Amino acid sequence: MATTETAGPSSGGVHAPGRAAIAARQLRTDRWWLAPAVTATVLTVFVVYSTWRAFANADYYAAPYVSPYYSPCIATNCVNMRGGADLQIFGPWWGLSPALLVLIFPLGFRLTCYYYRKAYYRGFWAAPPACAVAEPHRKYTGETRFPLILQNVHRYFFYFALVFAVILTYDAALGFRDAAGRWGHMGLGTLVLLVNVALIWVYTLSCHSCRHVVGGRLKNFSKHPVRYRMWSWVGRLTAHHMALAWGSLVMVAVADLYVYLVASGAFTDPKFF
Amino acid sequence: MTQVERHTYDVVVVGAGGAGLRAAIEAREQGLRTAVVCKSLFGKAHTVMAEGGIAASMGNANPRDNWQVHFRDTMRGGKFLNNWRMAELHAKEAPDRVWELETWGALFDRTKDGRISQRNFGGHEYPRLAHVGDRTGLELIRTLQQKIVSLQQEDHKRCGDYEDRLRVFQECTVTRVLKDGERVSGVFGYVRESGRFFVIEAPAVVLATGGIGKSFKVTSNSWEYTGDGHALALLAGAPLINMEFVQFHPTGMVWPPSVKGILVTESVRGDGGVLRNSDGKRFMFDYVPDVFKEKYAQSEEEADGWYTDPDNHRRPPELLPRDEVARAINSEVKAGRCTPHGGVFLDVSTRLPAEEIRRRLPSMHHQFKELADVDITAEPMEVGPTCHYVMGGVEVDPDSAAATGVPGLFAAGEVAGGMHGSNRLGGNSLSDLLVFGRRAGLHAAEYAAGLDTDGRPRVSAEQVDAAAAEALRPFSVEGDEPEAAGGPAENPYALHQELQQTMNDLVGIIRRAPEMTEALRRLAGLRQRSRRAGVEGHRQFNPGWHLAIDLRNMLLVSECVARAALERTESRGGHTRDDYPEMDRRWRKTNLVCELADRDGELAAVDPADGQIRLTRRETPPIRGDLLGLFEKDELLKYLTDEELDT
Amino acid sequence: MSAAPGPKANGSVYTGRFRVWRGDADGGELRDFDVEVHEGEVVLDIIHRLQATQANDLAVRWNCKAGKCGSCSAEINGQPRLMCMTRMSVFAPDETVTVTPMRTFPVVRDLVTDVSFNYTKAREVPSFVPPPGLGPGEYRMQQEDVGRSQEFRKCIECFLCQNTCHVVRDHEENKKAFAGPRFLMRIAELDMHPLDSADQSGLDRKSAAQEEHGLGYCNITKCCTEVCPENIRITDNALIPLKERAVDRKYDPLVWLGNRIRRR
Repeated sequence: MATTETAGPSSGGVHAPGRAAIAARQLRTDRWWLAPAVTATVLTVFVVYSTWRAFANADYYAAPYVSPYYSPCIATNCVNMRGGADLQIFGPWWGLSPALLVLIFPLGFRLTCYYYRKAYYRGFWAAPPACAVAEPHRKYTGETRFPLILQNVHRYFFYFALVFAVILTYDAALGFRDAAGRWGHMGLGTLVLLVNVALIWVYTLSCHSCRHVVGGRLKNFSKHPVRYRMWSWVGRLTAHHMALAWGSLVMVAVADLYVYLVASGAFTDPKFF
Repeated sequence: MTQVERHTYDVVVVGAGGAGLRAAIEAREQGLRTAVVCKSLFGKAHTVMAEGGIAASMGNANPRDNWQVHFRDTMRGGKFLNNWRMAELHAKEAPDRVWELETWGALFDRTKDGRISQRNFGGHEYPRLAHVGDRTGLELIRTLQQKIVSLQQEDHKRCGDYEDRLRVFQECTVTRVLKDGERVSGVFGYVRESGRFFVIEAPAVVLATGGIGKSFKVTSNSWEYTGDGHALALLAGAPLINMEFVQFHPTGMVWPPSVKGILVTESVRGDGGVLRNSDGKRFMFDYVPDVFKEKYAQSEEEADGWYTDPDNHRRPPELLPRDEVARAINSEVKAGRCTPHGGVFLDVSTRLPAEEIRRRLPSMHHQFKELADVDITAEPMEVGPTCHYVMGGVEVDPDSAAATGVPGLFAAGEVAGGMHGSNRLGGNSLSDLLVFGRRAGLHAAEYAAGLDTDGRPRVSAEQVDAAAAEALRPFSVEGDEPEAAGGPAENPYALHQELQQTMNDLVGIIRRAPEMTEALRRLAGLRQRSRRAGVEGHRQFNPGWHLAIDLRNMLLVSECVARAALERTESRGGHTRDDYPEMDRRWRKTNLVCELADRDGELAAVDPADGQIRLTRRETPPIRGDLLGLFEKDELLKYLTDEELDT
Repeated sequence: MSAAPGPKANGSVYTGRFRVWRGDADGGELRDFDVEVHEGEVVLDIIHRLQATQANDLAVRWNCKAGKCGSCSAEINGQPRLMCMTRMSVFAPDETVTVTPMRTFPVVRDLVTDVSFNYTKAREVPSFVPPPGLGPGEYRMQQEDVGRSQEFRKCIECFLCQNTCHVVRDHEENKKAFAGPRFLMRIAELDMHPLDSADQSGLDRKSAAQEEHGLGYCNITKCCTEVCPENIRITDNALIPLKERAVDRKYDPLVWLGNRIRRR
């Protein structure tokens, strides 16, 4: 097939004047649309599920397990969590779900995360949908101006994420009690919370801002051997940031779902000991 | 007069590899307006293919290293045929040239105490090669390129024009050096992109065009290596020397066919890789020549001990100079002890842990993985000799790099002859580029600055017209009556393939008189046919046309190689005669000089007996006494005649 | 060199279907060719065969043919790649292989594009500033300190990252403000160079990356990393660290305060 054509009237991008006059906006023959489509689908499912759960304000505590969506719980309308991160900073005037008060932090952390940015820029915004596939937008300013310039605050969310990781670790530790608060017990829920917090930790530590803070900002590693070792270690995690991001995303929803199922009575938590 | 784009500079450098860029930097730093002309994009020169390192006796790895040891190694490697003054300057100045690169931003691999790490290489007594993994050439080019950019930034700051005093004309080919009487007056060439002609008027021209490998079929060289500088010098009336010495690198890839000849760095052997034949034998122990017997290990145990304890062990024979290893591989293959694709095995997988291989030889790992589907951390490579480097080149004054007999013409790098004698040591090429690139730039600048404005040579309109007609010839071939032109138009690609086959088969790694005579006969035929090389299309970026023009150069240098090789009745370094297998001490002090036979005549002379090249013998000046004093008398006896030693 | 007497791996030969863009700035077309393909060949071999047999004047840029010089960049089946490093074995024999020039730069002819954009950008990045008081031969650097910049210096300047980056590929107007991944990486390289003394000369590479070279345009969608033939982790190791360094300078009051206190 021979397609003859000349450079069209000055349209942008790959059809800009001077560039090779090829009619097709892209010529990829592989299934380039698959990755953004999967990304968009999974993220959408997650967002829908999480929104429902965050607003539900119910079935988030099944002693001794607390859903990661509701921890820490900082409003007085929380159900009483025995020994849990139950802080009651917001008074009774707060009538909405207590999850909404805290989810902003993990949400912000993931929203400004260097991996998720790629995922949703590609999956939702199609900027670009895939490499060498023309994007549909007429103008593009990237992260140079408001609101996307706010992506630069990622490291603050990282600091908060560390706090949350500590709290969730505490929650997982509380999982070694039974429903009555006696220590030395473990159920499937404990395992779920442990896996969840482990993934939260590695995902958080694999953060690019973390890598920068522990050592990346140094000019001379040789003068800071400990930080160099930490930087190398974090760097190895960072290489898997994408896998960890997905893994912990799915797991946090699974953990919440598990607590929901147990709390709503749909499922009984199998006890190991 | 032909319409051409005209520029005026003080110094023109032809070629933008290591030597060209270093020369340009020097000329510009001397305050002269400098132009660089190169066939490829800026920063793509063939120097990027150099892998192992830059030889310089900085003594970082072994403090006993110094310039005298480096000088000795270089002379031994070149079998004492080297221009000793060049070898001396090279050994003395190489460390400064390497250190200077660091001040321009180069990042070499480091030793524990933070200095430049140095690695072992064939023929070097101590670890001497400054390196960056196995991509040292890329580091060198990038550093020089970025230095040029920084000089341009200085000019921009000063006068608002990046190209005020240093400009790179990329993707331009020079086809003629222009002269005013005996003196150089500029260059003529064409812009590859548009096909338009240009003239740069300049009293000083530095040739830094690299080698001639594209005249051979199996070669590690890129398309640029068509012997342009060699031919430009010849056509401008400057002689070439030592053209019979062509280095075949022992380890090129042999499979798949499309990458046959691509280099496998010597660092593989320097870092522990060994050569085995199809019987699994480390055959190099059988090929240590007498002159090197005392310096190389006799057993595998001794050889393996050397990597960790070099002071108490002799070197493994895999690290003999390249000519020896290439011949050894050639013999093994001929004896039928070869790999499925006609090479031998080079194995590093059983010698180093996989992680270490990936760290030390990343680009080899990548190259084999991507191109041959071979994982060098798990299996051996298949390798065989490949045409790699020409020791011969423009005869130059050792101190100033000025070409003989043509005022204003300079040459540096591979295009210059003499420095490496009959065989170049690995790692000496990059240092050669820097040492003599700088010297060529400096002396070209001094020469140009020494002329007053009125005394500058002028470009003559006739020469420009003639050069333009010559370059346009391939377009007019098809219009001619076949009879008038002497036959139908020839496909330049087909001619090139025949030339490569001829040189590969008849003037290759092992040579015989009747074969070389046959080669000269075929070259004469090709030369005649190349006059009818025709191309279609227009002048804009037309590779067929470019090749048709380059054929002139390849045919000229090929004839030099064949003629000189036929004349030299001995075997030495990169010149091995089946019919004269021994080195002959009487030949040591003789250089074979190639000159254009008839400078004004047609280049199409058909008679193979006279051809285009006139060959003469020239006796070299005796080696200075203090330099000879660096060697043991016993060793000198192997190379120098008794009379030479007496005086 | 002697002929190989050993058994030859007798590879298969088939007729491949190629579609190559031919033309210049005034227009052009994808043209179909049937051409022989031998075992072990790469796309560049096929282009050369076309040149030698069917289209003498087919323009293509190439040099080393071993993935070291970065000259033969093009788009193969829509993917930015080096022609010399794309093996024919990745395509099915009956698959049509489409080869076009890079689509971000102005075309010169056939597969050759005008890449001067990149050379212009290279000039805009301030060079290495040598440390005052250290002469040649006095530089001391540890391997761990040069490692980061060394990775970036593996760059062969094939400009595939520049070509694939949607910031300029899809938005011609951004070319002025955006240096592209290759040259942002160059800034990162210099900023991480253990002896670069830009700070002392009053040059802040971190802020300049953001303010003058368009670092903010990058939305880290990682196509540069995906297409890099040298497998340099451009986004993870150069662009994101550079963004973080810019944050240090411009958006992080804690770091700013810390620096103020330390300076006293």
